[in-house]
Amino acid sequence: MAPLKASLRPAPAPPPAPIPVTLNVNGVERTLHLAPWTTLLDALRLHLDLTGTKKGCDHGQCGACTVLVDGRRINSCLTLAAMQDGRKVTTIEGLTTGDALHPLQEAFIEHDAFQCGYCTPGQICSAAGLIAEGKATTDDEIRELMSGNLCRCGAYPNIVAAIRQAMATVAPKAEGAP
Amino acid sequence: MRSFTYSRAGSAAEAVGRAAAGTAFVAGGTNLLDLMKADVLRPEGLVDISRLPLDRIEETAEGGLRLGALARNADTAYDERVQTRYPMLSKAILAGASAQLRNMATNGGNLLQRTRCYYFYDTATPCNKRQPGSGCGAIGGVNRIHAILGASDQCIAVHPSDLCVALAALEAVVRVTGPDGERSIPFAELHRLPGDRPEIDTVLRPGDLVTAIDLPARGFAEHSTYLKIRDRASYAFALVSVAAGLEMDGDTVRDARLALGGVAHKPWRDPEAEAALIGKPATPDRFRAAARVLLRDAKGHEHNSFKIELAERAIVRALTEAAERKGASRP
Repeated sequence: MAPLKASLRPAPAPPPAPIPVTLNVNGVERTLHLAPWTTLLDALRLHLDLTGTKKGCDHGQCGACTVLVDGRRINSCLTLAAMQDGRKVTTIEGLTTGDALHPLQEAFIEHDAFQCGYCTPGQICSAAGLIAEGKATTDDEIRELMSGNLCRCGAYPNIVAAIRQAMATVAPKAEGAP
Repeated sequence: MRSFTYSRAGSAAEAVGRAAAGTAFVAGGTNLLDLMKADVLRPEGLVDISRLPLDRIEETAEGGLRLGALARNADTAYDERVQTRYPMLSKAILAGASAQLRNMATNGGNLLQRTRCYYFYDTATPCNKRQPGSGCGAIGGVNRIHAILGASDQCIAVHPSDLCVALAALEAVVRVTGPDGERSIPFAELHRLPGDRPEIDTVLRPGDLVTAIDLPARGFAEHSTYLKIRDRASYAFALVSVAAGLEMDGDTVRDARLALGGVAHKPWRDPEAEAALIGKPATPDRFRAAARVLLRDAKGHEHNSFKIELAERAIVRALTEAAERKGASRP
């Protein structure tokens, strides 16, 4: 079929107006004006320059984009920023206290729980959520409840060891919980 | 994603009122946004229902539980009443997805998730469910994960939910509000078989909003299980899954519920297979006989014929576990 002449094409609908979205990100209130289709992940990375949260698959399969919303771990690629308006978001950048690393960050370094590091912010945020949930006690349960975070370098045994160590020091209390 | 408009509904009535052609409700978003990124679904507008007060889990007057449509899958699975009274449901939810997705996904959304058929997701291939009349890529294509029961010559996709398989076995009731008011749908009638309209997954009509799922009082807590067989130990869709609930009188089966996932366009129940168990001793031979009744019309395709024997063995194993089980176990 021959392409339509430009003049015969229906005029494209005007883009929807940007939506005001206020997020409390790592303790700081931020108001953005975003296109409706902006995911929370893209809002963090592209609009707030918080590039610690990674885009892996962008389809909720790899877990690299895991952040905590009101203390619960979610895939930030599968939610719209507008849907999280008014909520508290904690990213890897927000887990530190001043210059002090979070016990999970310390444990990941101590146990060499990463190689390339791309999945690590998601692994650590997911592990923070896991500890807050308080459902895992054994290594098998840690593995099962971390199965939404893939590591292509295969650092899984060390990741489990790091989480087990951090679980002993961090009380089950949600990071950034309301 | 393509351009769309976004609005937030302040009430269920407002959400229903805003539902129009080309509009979709969004709650958890885990399946819808994924399909929009894949360009499989192209809504012009999203109505965000996630803040409606439909997230409670409450007792019903009949002695059951009402699961709010917007209760998260994780909150449902870990609810103490669900774990104690409906352990097969808790186990089924925790067998699906990942912890992050279960924190996001809602019960109502779980019912309405779309198939994971590769051809449905791949817009470069034909798919009668995505593009009616375009053909079926899976028939004669790669069909390892596809249906062995209830399929048609238009579509051999399977429903991907674990939660729904347990809800089918429990005979849950889906509560809906819509342009024509409120109504209740027995779980077995919610999802449909593909027939010659594979693009339609359920009996819901445009503008219908799922508000709750009612669980009847009987939860088969003493003798039940959910068994999921998949390609890896975690975070994978079922090749075959079995929700089994028994009522036992000594070693005799007094009542039985059996539902299968991963085998059809809807959770698969067969009254004749359940009848074949009732009044009979709980032995592997009897369980196998019931499995063969359930699978009597099973039909494999090039890559998925293994599912027929897999389903038979999974049914025997699940029923054996359920018969032995005493009390609710930790999933």
